Amino acid sequence: MCPAAEAVAGGLAPLPYRLTGKRQETADTWTLELEPARAERMAPFEPGQFAMLYAFGAGEAPISVGASDGASGRMVHTIRAVGAVTEALCATATGQEIGARGPFGAAWPLADAEGADVVVVAGGLGLPPVRPVLERVLAERERFGTLSLLYGGRSPDDLLYRDALEEWGARPDMDVEVTVDSAGADWRGRVGVVTTLIPRARFDPGRAVAMVVGPEVMMRFTVAALRERGVPAERIHVSLERSMKCAVGVCGHCMLGPEFVCKDGPVFPYTRVERWLGVPAL
Amino acid sequence: MSAAVTFELDVLDDLLAALSERGHTLIGPTVRQGAVVYGEIGSAADLPRGVTDEQEPGRYRLGADGGAALFAHNVGPSSWKSHLFPPSLRLWSSRRDGQGELRVEEEPLDERRLAFIGVRACDLQAILVQDRTFLDGAHRDRDYEARRRGCFIVAVNCERSASTCFCVSMGTGPRAEAGFDVALTEIVDAGGHRFLAEPGSERGADLLGALSTRPADGADERAAEAATERAAAGQDRALDTDGIKELLYANLEHPRWDEVADRCLSCGNCTQVCPTCFCTTVDDVTDLTGSEAEHVRRWDSCFSLEHSYIHGGSVRASVRSRYRQWMTHKLATWIDQFGTSGCVGCGRCITWCPVGIDITEEAAAIRATDLREGLEHADA
Amino acid sequence: MRTLEDLLAEVEAFEGMAPEHLRLIAGCARNVVFGDGEWLMREGDAADTFFVIRTGAVAVSTHVPQHGALLIETLHQHDLVGWSWLIPPHRVNFDVISNGTTHAIAFDGACLRGKCEQDPVLGYDLLRRFSAVLVERLQRTRLRLIDVYGHVPGR
Repeated sequence: MCPAAEAVAGGLAPLPYRLTGKRQETADTWTLELEPARAERMAPFEPGQFAMLYAFGAGEAPISVGASDGASGRMVHTIRAVGAVTEALCATATGQEIGARGPFGAAWPLADAEGADVVVVAGGLGLPPVRPVLERVLAERERFGTLSLLYGGRSPDDLLYRDALEEWGARPDMDVEVTVDSAGADWRGRVGVVTTLIPRARFDPGRAVAMVVGPEVMMRFTVAALRERGVPAERIHVSLERSMKCAVGVCGHCMLGPEFVCKDGPVFPYTRVERWLGVPAL
Repeated sequence: MSAAVTFELDVLDDLLAALSERGHTLIGPTVRQGAVVYGEIGSAADLPRGVTDEQEPGRYRLGADGGAALFAHNVGPSSWKSHLFPPSLRLWSSRRDGQGELRVEEEPLDERRLAFIGVRACDLQAILVQDRTFLDGAHRDRDYEARRRGCFIVAVNCERSASTCFCVSMGTGPRAEAGFDVALTEIVDAGGHRFLAEPGSERGADLLGALSTRPADGADERAAEAATERAAAGQDRALDTDGIKELLYANLEHPRWDEVADRCLSCGNCTQVCPTCFCTTVDDVTDLTGSEAEHVRRWDSCFSLEHSYIHGGSVRASVRSRYRQWMTHKLATWIDQFGTSGCVGCGRCITWCPVGIDITEEAAAIRATDLREGLEHADA
Repeated sequence: MRTLEDLLAEVEAFEGMAPEHLRLIAGCARNVVFGDGEWLMREGDAADTFFVIRTGAVAVSTHVPQHGALLIETLHQHDLVGWSWLIPPHRVNFDVISNGTTHAIAFDGACLRGKCEQDPVLGYDLLRRFSAVLVERLQRTRLRLIDVYGHVPGR
């Protein structure tokens, strides 16, 4: 899990980051590349942690980290424009600066996954938060068992990281299965919910660690399918989403039962949050 | 009570003056707009002499039958949290120039050193509860820390209880046990108008040492003890905390939540008057030219729809789910989060609820019809 | 050379089936191959066949006037294709088209129905297995109705 953070009487002011690149992924989703604008920069991010990005005058939003480079401080974020802040972030022009603070939250349990078959199930915009997991496992391939990415999207046009998916799919040391909920006749891939990929994916459920991220309903059904396959519940991890204003556990917005999603999560062992996810409107 | 001393009424002003001399801004109870609130005071003359308050669910009225006493009132709508954790606080400001460069400037810390005069036992506990939120986690709130570090606390033991008080059942009062620099008990009897003072810290002892006092005698100590006993005995409201966390965790789908939701206006008064509620939101405000922006934190309430909003909708869309969130947080999840109850038994949420919803009554109703017991009966 | 029974025994839906039952249903089965774009079933046809995919994939689809074919679901190795043979009026509701080359086992529905009528134990067993497949498909469909990746799921 996340290394224990030092207690810091920290301010909550963001650091300036410059937008160096921008790519439109889908109709409403952009990938932004950032670099520190001045000497000061955020500490390196562990896979699964998130940043608070600040669009000038609009506000802050919690955004997962698609990639981060510790040496250069460069960051990659994929953002869906669904509110005032994310729309402003996505509308930022190359060369302009935005604010960023982090890293926040618990990371994916990569240390626990060593020697295990790694099963990553992503739905929709859930691919960016697990991309660093895939990159890390691929970089230290011999430390892990099989690696599967099971990715579900709404339609072929909504799939993120098409180039990376193709590249990963071509690798002999990684299984990539992609499915969409609906498609036209020109789509040669799978059509069906992401859970249909689980029964026949190539991994040994007895020695698997699963990391699941996507809309909460998708995660609940995915976890059920993984358990049916025989993956022990305590080896299934999910990444949750809730409203967040502070990201450090003091604004109260992200509570799920006793958990603060921002600092106790966003990555949780499923068994820790199962009880709370089962209560509607908690 | 070995170090307890007694001083006469007029020495209270010396105490306040000594704190002022030591650089403290004095905050104490004072009457404003028909309520006792905690605001800046200059001397004992600003204290609510003779003022009492009559509190019932959904009702608060000031009275004047406190005689000469300065602290005959109970807690009002404001709490000390307003001064340690301001309702609105600019966290930082930012500027963006024509080239798109962003400059962010953190708000300077409030350098004032406060002295709280007349902190009741329940509110003392509330401060300790908020300390856990803002100081004991991985993130320490710099603003709270700065205000809290400089704060001098003069507690006052309660000698009467409002009808809404239930500190005895919460184990938080009516006597201040810890967390103060000086604790006072006001005694008005045939022996005169005086204060029994106990130091709770070195600087508290230091302050008392500089005043004209005499060692407390047996009569003073008995009078002080009788006063807090009177306050405790006068409490008939109680909240049974035995196994309360497990009780509420097992009753998240209890029909009582629907029942309370029918009455609850979701106004958020309870969260505003609660001395431990800590939810905040942030507003970003730009100037007219659009080149300067401020990031302002302000108190929020879990009773607002926006509180749980994520793109597309609110997680807690119903009043039922929002009341449940507030009460289970206060009495149950808080224990998991901070190792203490979030409720100190001050009763403000009961008094200031416009429809008189009573947290003790709600907890008791759930306990009386615990769904776990229903299941046991069904099994039998 | 592996028999049809051996192949069927590997299919999840027939897992644990009594050998005599496997033998009975294999008696109604034959190997088939479809080229890319070939039809396995066509909307409105008499439903006299169902398939178990050995290798390859097929697309269940329908056509919409202004959009052409719309993919509803793809089915893959060891998936069962078609259940209209089981339930009157035995008519196919959707088009099923091979996606690349597909090897499958085709079952004669009328033959199977006949054997089920004669042997209610086999009939019950087969119905139970098909029900599990039907329920799974229904669950998937429900999940897709929610439109979990949409801006506002369910709307």
